[in-house]
Amino acid sequence: MSIATAPTEDKAPTVARRQRFDLQKLLAFGALIVLFGFFSVSSHAFLSWNNVTGILLSASVVGVMALGATFVIATGGIDLSVGTGMTLAAVMTAVFLNPDYLGLPLVLGVVLGIAFGSLIGLVNGVNVAVLRIPPFIATLAMMMAASGLALVISDTHPIYFSDVPGFTSISLGSIIPGANLPNAVLIFFAAVAVAGVLLSKGLIGRYALSIGSNEEATQLSGVDTRRWTIAIYTLAGTFTGLSGVLIAARLNSAQPALGQGYELEAIAAVVIGGTSLSGGRASILGTMIGALLMAVLTNGLQIMAIPQEWQRVAVGVVILVAVFADNVRRRREAGH
Amino acid sequence: MPELLEIRNVSKSFPGVRALSDVSLTLHHGEILGLCGENGAGKSTLMKLLTGIYTMDEGGEILLEGAPVEVEGPREAQHLGLSIIHQEFTLVPDLSVAQNIYLGREPRAFARMAVDDRKLNARAKELLDRLEIKIDPATVVRELSVARQQMVEIAKALSFDSRVLVMDEPTATLTDSEIHTLFELVRGFVTPKTGVIYISHRMDEVKELTDRVTVLRDGEMVGTVPTAETPIRDVIAMMVGRKIDTDQRPDPGRQRGTPVLEVRGLSTAALLKDVSFELHRGEILGFAGLMGAGRTEVARALVGADRRSAGEILIDGEPTTIHNPAQAVEAGIGYLSEDRKRYGLLLDQSVSNNVVLSTLRSFVNGVGLINDAKIATTAEEQVAALRVKTPSVRQLAKNLSGGNQQKVVLAKWLTRSCDILIVDEPTRGIDVGAKQEIHDLLVHLTDEGKSIIMISSELPEVLRLSDRIAVMCEGRITGIVPNSEATQESIMELATKFRTEGMGAA
Repeated sequence: MSIATAPTEDKAPTVARRQRFDLQKLLAFGALIVLFGFFSVSSHAFLSWNNVTGILLSASVVGVMALGATFVIATGGIDLSVGTGMTLAAVMTAVFLNPDYLGLPLVLGVVLGIAFGSLIGLVNGVNVAVLRIPPFIATLAMMMAASGLALVISDTHPIYFSDVPGFTSISLGSIIPGANLPNAVLIFFAAVAVAGVLLSKGLIGRYALSIGSNEEATQLSGVDTRRWTIAIYTLAGTFTGLSGVLIAARLNSAQPALGQGYELEAIAAVVIGGTSLSGGRASILGTMIGALLMAVLTNGLQIMAIPQEWQRVAVGVVILVAVFADNVRRRREAGH
Repeated sequence: MPELLEIRNVSKSFPGVRALSDVSLTLHHGEILGLCGENGAGKSTLMKLLTGIYTMDEGGEILLEGAPVEVEGPREAQHLGLSIIHQEFTLVPDLSVAQNIYLGREPRAFARMAVDDRKLNARAKELLDRLEIKIDPATVVRELSVARQQMVEIAKALSFDSRVLVMDEPTATLTDSEIHTLFELVRGFVTPKTGVIYISHRMDEVKELTDRVTVLRDGEMVGTVPTAETPIRDVIAMMVGRKIDTDQRPDPGRQRGTPVLEVRGLSTAALLKDVSFELHRGEILGFAGLMGAGRTEVARALVGADRRSAGEILIDGEPTTIHNPAQAVEAGIGYLSEDRKRYGLLLDQSVSNNVVLSTLRSFVNGVGLINDAKIATTAEEQVAALRVKTPSVRQLAKNLSGGNQQKVVLAKWLTRSCDILIVDEPTRGIDVGAKQEIHDLLVHLTDEGKSIIMISSELPEVLRLSDRIAVMCEGRITGIVPNSEATQESIMELATKFRTEGMGAA
């Protein structure tokens, strides 16, 4: 890997907001490189194409989820429902596609599965923006409800896609001939690009940051903050839906008991990437790096045969260090 | 005898900026010393050095009663007998008045395991009574108006046994009668053993209250003069380096156009009763009244930020529906809130993002992407037109001075080409020079055909700018008078004497 020399020039620094994240991104990116280097040296098994694509594959589900969560967190909100929302979307995708249920055509079923994720987000958005339920509570409720619904709809059993030809290749196939790079990874990178453009160049991103900076001022400026908040949660739900499809395709099944805990990993990825939990500051690229960092860490520690318990401790430490570094940087920026 | 407080040759540098250079000042025993200077002159920096929030550069010293002291933080400052009332509130909104005053030094009960609330409230009540502040100590601070929160802040500062009290713009949010009460408080505080440093932009207050005035400009001492022998104009000249006229009135011959806005019978459940007025094209209609008279509430109800219980709004003679701020903006009404940090600005975002906040849609191209280059151009045009002092449009709003922040908010509405502007306390917390610029800007805007409703607690400001003045009292308009017939006295009379005959036509 020779990209360590120019990590900050990956996006044209035309917008002031972008520039401010460079150091944080640099830190996270540097940490990513250091970890990657460390594991490469420590273990031969680590630096193989199969293992690297495996890392990317494992980063992609949480990564896609985290992209959506970045928008919500940019508004100063939080979305706890992305984990079990993913599961519910996966189960619904199975319901749409599995011949024992509805048996819809592949493309239609996938689109509906993603759209179901949007619906979850829409409900969150309405609860937050219209019913004025605090985001933490609204999405906590959705997290629980989605988890329950996934179990009810699937009758607590996994639903398989074995009779849905071509479905698993959404995640596991490789559209680039000979590259052996799973499609899920390409979809993740495409999603990063879309989310990046939406955040930095789209109204939805600009308004998410404005709401996160000062919701009242934004509203008094004539922005329909209620409608945009709903749109932002719906967008997060859409990414959740996509992650549901990706995980179902990867596992060749919708696992109704899965999902809890994913939301925290997604939030961790967002935070490591330099997005502020208090809103107004967000970075899609940072989120991507955050998701990759966690995947590299987990994978590397696994290969080094570090017990799973300790892996979690390591992730916890990384989150603390990342946020602390961000605080230090911001305090310095403020001139104190 | 040593001086009460002496600051000697103090400097403070930040990376790239020298905020204070070689400043010295002396506070005598029993004295009220005014500290004046425009925003950015270094007053706040000086105060932060005094409270230990900043550390000063090598070479300077602070002496209290002749002994050098090192202030390491706000708590040490209080122990030394230095109490500072900051411009920004330091109250916890969800705690009660009493809890706030004694935060960190609550009387304890049960072997110091619990807070003795009864004693706490009794102590606070005693303090408030002594200061003649009529606030129930059990009230939650959030429920108090800004002015009353300010009073609590002052009570808190006075609850320490301070030798030196520093007040940074304490009256920015107060009405005349409240200012009067405050002055009584300050004068009551001064004994032969204590002293006050009083920072203010309001020259009349400095004149009335202080014994001497020290003026800072661009981080340097300009000089110290005895208040009684120095005309206000001279102090202002020291501050800005030029002379400014303070007694202007608008030209009575200014042309007034047709009514652009008619408000009929505006009422809210909470306060407003049957508020009706007209705003003409090219006019500045001033809204005067005491704190809580309902001036801001008129603005908020008008733009749909608060719910109306009754009332009709006509724009250019057409009845218009305005239920939320978005519709108000659509109808061409821009509202500049009195609290620009809370309601007007995205502090953590760039000047350009703030300028285009209400017009962002128009910067989206055919494929739905925001054109940042066009935003920068527009923002730069506005920054140039309004003479906003900022190194670039990428500067964060929070790094601008109050006057420049206000201009950014103004720029936001001008970008939107709102024809009706409601400016609520447009120069609160803004220094003299910038104030003049904002005033000139408002007049210039009306010359261009904009119509302005200006709410202000500063009567000189109202008199200086308004073509007509609507006076409010207890949720009603008690009179609308043309400027030529208005005096400070006649306005105060309307603002205090409740008159049931309601509005007068002008």
